[in-house]
Amino acid sequence: MDDLAIRLGVQELIGAYAETIDEDRLEEWPDLFADPCRYLVISRSNHEAGMRQGVMYAASQGMMLDRVFSIRRANLFEPHRYRHVIGPIRFKGMDGAVACVHSHFIVVRVMGDGATSLFATGRYLDRIDTSGGAYRFQERLVVLDSDRIDTLLAIPL
Amino acid sequence: MSQSGLTADHGVSWPSNGISEVPFRVYTDQAQYDREQERLFQGPTWNYLCLAVELTKPGDFVSTTIGEAAVIVVRDQAGAINAFVNRCVHRGNLLCLERQGNVKEFGCIYHGWIYNLTGQLTGVAFEHGVQRQGGMPSEFRKEDHTLRRLRVAELGGLVFGTFSDSTPDLESWLGEDVTRGLKRVMNRTPTLLGRNTQILPNNWKLYFENVKDTYHASILHLFLTTFRINRLSMPGGIFINRDGGNHYSFAKLDYAAEDADYKDAGLRSDSEFRLQDGSVVESVDEYGDGVSVQILTIMPGMVLQQVRNTIAVRVIRPRGVDRTELEWIHLGFDTDDEAMTERRLRQGNLIGPAGYIAMEDGCIGGFVQRALQYNDDGAGIVMMGGHEAESQSFRASEAAIRGFWKHYRALMGD
Repeated sequence: MDDLAIRLGVQELIGAYAETIDEDRLEEWPDLFADPCRYLVISRSNHEAGMRQGVMYAASQGMMLDRVFSIRRANLFEPHRYRHVIGPIRFKGMDGAVACVHSHFIVVRVMGDGATSLFATGRYLDRIDTSGGAYRFQERLVVLDSDRIDTLLAIPL
Repeated sequence: MSQSGLTADHGVSWPSNGISEVPFRVYTDQAQYDREQERLFQGPTWNYLCLAVELTKPGDFVSTTIGEAAVIVVRDQAGAINAFVNRCVHRGNLLCLERQGNVKEFGCIYHGWIYNLTGQLTGVAFEHGVQRQGGMPSEFRKEDHTLRRLRVAELGGLVFGTFSDSTPDLESWLGEDVTRGLKRVMNRTPTLLGRNTQILPNNWKLYFENVKDTYHASILHLFLTTFRINRLSMPGGIFINRDGGNHYSFAKLDYAAEDADYKDAGLRSDSEFRLQDGSVVESVDEYGDGVSVQILTIMPGMVLQQVRNTIAVRVIRPRGVDRTELEWIHLGFDTDDEAMTERRLRQGNLIGPAGYIAMEDGCIGGFVQRALQYNDDGAGIVMMGGHEAESQSFRASEAAIRGFWKHYRALMGD
């Protein structure tokens, strides 16, 4: 497959990811990942120090489905939604059929009453499996610029 | 009369001499907050500073805060751990701006005053002036100036500091039970897995009470019941020290029965309510005593938790009447293999700002704070399990919260 087609496919997946979360179709969120996979929300300070403790971690689609089910049925918090704004995608190269790409983001949090605030900024460090018909995240590291989380993190970033 | 003369002595008035009714104004009153900084955080209490393993070499330092006050912790050339206020004696500038690092000495960037690793002033830029003009007066002696020192104590690899000369030694302060609870969890050399900081939109005490509140756990946190984990009866109890402010609660778990129970899940019709991937709760009895949850608090602002195989120190740092920083310091131990580390990381989903059984604690204090906004007359009710603050063999109790208020009122002089 040529380079341009891969870039388009990667861009589509990254766009679909933001749309899936922001439009509250969380049940479809795990489908964007391979199984097993690695999804980790981690602060830059932990990541750069080589530490692996994050804020949210999934190693399988099952763990992601459990996260969604728990948000929907078990956890109690004020309703809110996100708006992701994704910056330009930087293509870092191929590792076999896996595309290594970086992008940066800001996430705005909108509470039920309309209160709107900047909730998170950071980078996505992705390894995307291009071998199947549909591209899937093999790994998505969500590296947060700040190690502060306001109030709580319920919905994945 | 005020003890220090710095703040008004008349605090929030309490409805009685008791500890089972708490005036709501303690969460909203600025004067009360100011008094807490002086009498609790800078009073005769032991406060978490850092892990001893963060200070392995001479010159290794950590800058942190006790309450709102900035402090530096450093290992000196002799191997001792020193702590002092992070404030130059000259003009009061922050001496140390980095969170962590290694230095030979501390130099103030403002006017170049230098301190050694014990906090002694050793250098003053242009002390004797420039070309014999200016300079410090002849009676000025560097030896007379040292950074305000804190007393330091270490237990189980955790380093504590106190501003007060009258604080009892650390183990006496903790009491026998809480000392035992701390040593139980910190029985190996800890390793740092990472940190997270959560900003809570509420008074610091609402979070500290929440941690001591064994009553809310199965009501506010629905994760375990939703996924039908832990339906087996769990014996446990609460230990509260004599002063009241330090405690630990614990619950046991039949690890083998839970494991077998979960393995049957696929055969059941209710598998919709089962975890698709059970690794988030797959635990080992690493202490060999069947205790799966131990929550320990140290007055005024530290928590040590074992929730299954997640080990964390939580530090509560007030940042105003209605704002609190909660730092999560996630630990492993030097004996962990890769499987154990991965287990701790997966179970890490249970705790922290996104924790399945913790995230509600991030917002519940904010809901209380909002309710109290200009609506803070009257008092809350803390009577579950009686009016006293004694250790108990059951957990449907607010005894540890009453313990907090008992100690709080004694320290505050309220």
